[in-house]
Amino acid sequence: MDPSTLLMPALGGALIGLAASILLLADGRVAGISGIVAGVVSGEHPEGWRFSFLAGLLGTGIVVAQLWPALFVNAIPRSPGALVATGLLVGIGTRLGNGCTAGHGVCGLSRGSTRSLVAVLVFIGTGVITATIVRTQFGGAV
Amino acid sequence: MNRVGENLAALAAGVVFAIGLALSGMTQPAKVEGFLDVFGGWDPALAAVMGGAIAVHSLAYLARRGWSAPLVAGTVWHVPLRKQIDARLVGGAVLFGIGWGVTGYCPGPAVMSLGTGSSDVALFVASMAAGMFLYARFERWLASRQHAVVAQAGRA
Repeated sequence: MDPSTLLMPALGGALIGLAASILLLADGRVAGISGIVAGVVSGEHPEGWRFSFLAGLLGTGIVVAQLWPALFVNAIPRSPGALVATGLLVGIGTRLGNGCTAGHGVCGLSRGSTRSLVAVLVFIGTGVITATIVRTQFGGAV
Repeated sequence: MNRVGENLAALAAGVVFAIGLALSGMTQPAKVEGFLDVFGGWDPALAAVMGGAIAVHSLAYLARRGWSAPLVAGTVWHVPLRKQIDARLVGGAVLFGIGWGVTGYCPGPAVMSLGTGSSDVALFVASMAAGMFLYARFERWLASRQHAVVAQAGRA
């Protein structure tokens, strides 16, 4: 495989790290997306900064989808039942485990948190097993 | 308290985060699935994304050591301090890993992808939000029940 294909992912990753750094150094907040969303939808932490962050994330999504729709291709076709079930799993799982790919993966690992390292290894491990089962047992269709 | 600055910084962080997700390919679920499907033509892109993000963000944590408070808003760092590795952490990560492994969406890319107007993404995000809401309710119910048990034990 051509190593230059990893350049854009690494550069995009660096921007994600920069975004998390802005939120941390300016506002003292952690850029865990599941935590930010949950604070709003649970009604328990409806602070303004959460809405502002989500407005930036979603607003940019709307603009990018208009200008460069190709950046959103490759969605995997999933049945409505699978979308609801996996949405619930992601919602409940990230709250039970206190974080997602951003909170544990980017922020936690950057902080040297052992808790986050365990979470990352577990969710990547489970993700690998799940993706393999979906491809081999269900022919990729769920 | 600098509310305007706090919100502007959070807005900027959201915008930069989204640009990073789009450039890195993380708004394409098949790229994520390609990383998780290690036994079927592995795509290491997600590892490069994580590497790039951690390389930059760990510097911010180093820089923070010299500062007593955030630059723009607040006087404390809202950074998790919990240390214990328990069944809750592992169980949550297992549930998240299963959901992520099936659709290739984690919360950040899913919220950003709402911008495409895709009804599939909307259904996923609505279910995710419902899961978060239900979990928060469950936790509150659990806490109130524990409270009741403690109060009853106090009376006895």
